[in-house]
Amino acid sequence: MNGVNDFSFKIGTVNGTGSASANGLLMQAIFRMGIPVTGKNIFPSNIQGLPTWYEIRVSKDGYTARPSEVDLVVALNPSTYAKDVATVRPGGFLLYDSSWPLDPDLVREGITIMGIPFGRICVENFQGDRDRTLLRNIVYAGSLAALLNIDMDVVSGMLSEKYGKKPKLLESNHKAIQLGYEYAKANFQCPLPFHLEKMDATSDSILIDGNTACALGAVFAGATVGAWYPITPATALMEQFKAFCEKYRVDKATGEHKFAILQAEDELAAAGIIIGAGWAGARAFTNTSGPGISLMQEFIGLAYYTDIPAVFFDIQRCGPATGMPTRTQQADLLSLAYASHGDTKHLVLFPANPGEAFELAVQSFDLSERFQTPVFVATDLDIGMNDWMVKRLSWDDSYRPDRGKVLHKEDLDKIQKFSRYLDVDGDGIAARTLPGVGGKGAYFVRGSGHDKHAAYTEDSDAYQELVDRLKRKFEHAATVMPKPVFTLQPGAEVGLVTIGGCDAAVREAADRLRDQGVTVDVMRIRAFPFGSEVREFFDAHDRNFVIEQNRDAQLRALLAVELGIPRDSMTSILDYGGMPLTAKVVVDGVLRHLAQVPA
Amino acid sequence: MTSIAKPPVRHPSSRTNGLGLTLRDYEGAMSTLCAGCGHDSVTAAVVQAGWELELEPHRIGKMSGIGCSSKTTAYFMKQSHGFNSVHGRMPSVTSGAAAANRSLTYIGVSGDGDSLSIGLGQLSHAIRRNVNMLYLLENNGVYGLTKGQFSASADVGSKSKKGEANEQTPIDPVLLALTLGATFVARSFSGDKKQLVPIIKAGIAHKGFAIIDIISPCVSFNDHEGSTKSYAFTREHEVEAVHTDFVPLQREITVPETDEEVRTVTLHDGGMVRLRATASDYNPTNRESAYAHVRACQTRGEIATGLLFVDENGRDMHDYLRTPATPLVDLPFESLCPGKAALDSLMERYR
Ligand SMILES: Cc1ncc(C[n+]2csc(CCOP(=O)(O)OP(=O)(O)O)c2C)c(N)n1
Ligand code: SF4
Repeated sequence: MNGVNDFSFKIGTVNGTGSASANGLLMQAIFRMGIPVTGKNIFPSNIQGLPTWYEIRVSKDGYTARPSEVDLVVALNPSTYAKDVATVRPGGFLLYDSSWPLDPDLVREGITIMGIPFGRICVENFQGDRDRTLLRNIVYAGSLAALLNIDMDVVSGMLSEKYGKKPKLLESNHKAIQLGYEYAKANFQCPLPFHLEKMDATSDSILIDGNTACALGAVFAGATVGAWYPITPATALMEQFKAFCEKYRVDKATGEHKFAILQAEDELAAAGIIIGAGWAGARAFTNTSGPGISLMQEFIGLAYYTDIPAVFFDIQRCGPATGMPTRTQQADLLSLAYASHGDTKHLVLFPANPGEAFELAVQSFDLSERFQTPVFVATDLDIGMNDWMVKRLSWDDSYRPDRGKVLHKEDLDKIQKFSRYLDVDGDGIAARTLPGVGGKGAYFVRGSGHDKHAAYTEDSDAYQELVDRLKRKFEHAATVMPKPVFTLQPGAEVGLVTIGGCDAAVREAADRLRDQGVTVDVMRIRAFPFGSEVREFFDAHDRNFVIEQNRDAQLRALLAVELGIPRDSMTSILDYGGMPLTAKVVVDGVLRHLAQVPA
Repeated sequence: MTSIAKPPVRHPSSRTNGLGLTLRDYEGAMSTLCAGCGHDSVTAAVVQAGWELELEPHRIGKMSGIGCSSKTTAYFMKQSHGFNSVHGRMPSVTSGAAAANRSLTYIGVSGDGDSLSIGLGQLSHAIRRNVNMLYLLENNGVYGLTKGQFSASADVGSKSKKGEANEQTPIDPVLLALTLGATFVARSFSGDKKQLVPIIKAGIAHKGFAIIDIISPCVSFNDHEGSTKSYAFTREHEVEAVHTDFVPLQREITVPETDEEVRTVTLHDGGMVRLRATASDYNPTNRESAYAHVRACQTRGEIATGLLFVDENGRDMHDYLRTPATPLVDLPFESLCPGKAALDSLMERYR
């Protein structure tokens, strides 16, 4: 690390002081210089006043996981100075606001400390408290531009794009960026040893967050009903869905909306609304997080038992209870796989990044209608809310929704009698009708015992027949769910198995391990139920690690229960403190465990 | 068992409606409720109303929660699509169904337990959303299906079968609905089909959320002396605020000879309700006076019945959502998916 186009830095500020736009500006400028970059917002569950950090990783090789060390910290929040000073790697740099003297206790050997009087610069050059606070961010962005060699033309261009219609703002932002730039140039050796140089590695990519990507997936898949209750980190998904629908689905002439978004009174209602809409034939979805999933359990069981499609986006955060709402985790795996009371099993998709979130969001609607069952798209806060660099999203206009087995009037006319839960094809999927189709297709949905004709029953055999069909359907689904992604190396005897957002760190770790003489194969699981290839991967390796972000090794538990893989044969590497995974955690974990294995 | 089929015999002389359907065509499976349960009478009134309104059964969504009352959707209109959801949550399921397909007629059936305890939030928000549906609240003051616990509508002092007196203040669904801004609020009695049928018809024709609180005695757990939701108590204490007639759009509208003052409310679909005030100064289009009337009756120990309030000018859920007349489920995919060109150009925004 730490060379040209290969380093990372972080900015520590106070929540609510407007640093997000400056940080976004830096990140986007680097991206527009053609250099691969990722940004992680580490923010508190609070609106104002608490510490917040933005971490930017620059990686010419395209690594996008959270960096395991930082080369430069911009410390603008006095209350976290001590912590910030400690996180700089040996030989790295600390940039602080020298409007006030730095406590001598905070000075650390082995790092370079640079002071720029951001506060004073703003007081001298701008009027009003608000402007002075906001523009301080732009001033530090300017200083970083000098220190890191960010192309000022790119930055100016971006400011013009953003404030083009507001000349006063444009002028003050320009001035602020220039002040910061010039101060750094005049006082320090610029650029620093690690810095940026233009590349051409991002023209094929975009910067996007997972919530936006899921929302786009819902729009493109033709979802028409969305219901939700606000919760971090899921909220933006519906807000984006709304924004896209307003762009693409409002009839200009009449003002009519080809979508319905209902902000429900709670998550129970949100689940009820999408199940009602799914029953009526719409593609419907909700977006929520762990606490919401807990509330939706009863309804999820109803949809499962009555064969009703509905899509649930679960943007996981740290649980249990309210947990840490602004920190990331993968701790809902078991509660999604088996949501609700009784024997239930659900289809779950695990995108690794926003690009895949878009694709799997579209697929989730197809799977849900095809299998007439709830489908969960499980992302997490890191995927959902952070800006990721991914390949441009693409669309194939020949796509048509898979509506599954739906009998229309013409189909009903051809049959003697319609029985809602009759498994004609042996795949566990019975044909459904949509309300309004006609008397012959009418049937009764009930969460109480019912037989294959949808009639009420308490008969043991009829009940078992029905729940066995649901199991058959689930097993059938396992054969068509998205396959794992494999990254293989010749002769590898060690297998790394992971899921969702751990992907970037695990793949990077595989490269680091190879550098150290340990070749590994990586399997990233993308769906539950697991296909047969998952079991095969385990069988093919002497040693398997399962890497996930929760305390109780939930993925390992699922693998053990569903595939019968002995639990002891899977070594867990668990990271559940709420931060996005780093490659270092994986490398260290693997090496430590391998060292313990007798040769 | 809630779905014992009725024998499909049709009496040769049964009358048919404009669709050629007989009353029997609006019936459902055989009821498994206790003989004499008020809910069965409500079912009969729904059957009658559906037949008289000439509703196409397959264009109806029968929605309910859980409880004896909620079971009744199986006992009417067997050719309709039915949905027994979960306890207290029928309003959200109906909201979703209505959002997806606005062309169906939604009839929701619920109990006082279903609506006023576990489901109070959902009921309130369906009112607030003004979902276009008829909401029948079959109110017996007890939990029937779980065998006789007090529900939230039990009056102070009313006794359980074991003689225990209820001490907590009841929630009155009519006052609740009036307070929350419901656009159609009525109360009736399962034993008064003459009053109930026209109100149900008007409720179905109303655009927006129509709630009818129907006192529907539970003969097994709450029809004894000391109960305020018994047949005897209701018969004795019922006070009809207005007499309601319903005249659908298709029929020639003739006003019967009467010396009482008749108020006509034109419903959204062009049908009309005619309301004849039995209390001389009752005005069912004024929310405040409707509220005062119900409260005054309550203080006197009387039960105000009839169509107590109606507002045909309210905006319903689809007005707020600005959805087109074509149901969302009927919009072609091509009109929903922006397509490749749009996505490609959108991608520039993320650079
Ligand atoms: C979540 C949940 N809790 C409890 C129950 C048990 N339960 C079934 S019906 C019922 C009460 C029904 O009372 P009401 O709505 O007044 O209907 P009635 O039977 O009196 O017509 C209860 C508590 C349930 N089905 N679900
Ligand atoms: S228990 Fe009561 S409410 Fe239930 S069916 Fe019997 S009489 Fe009706």
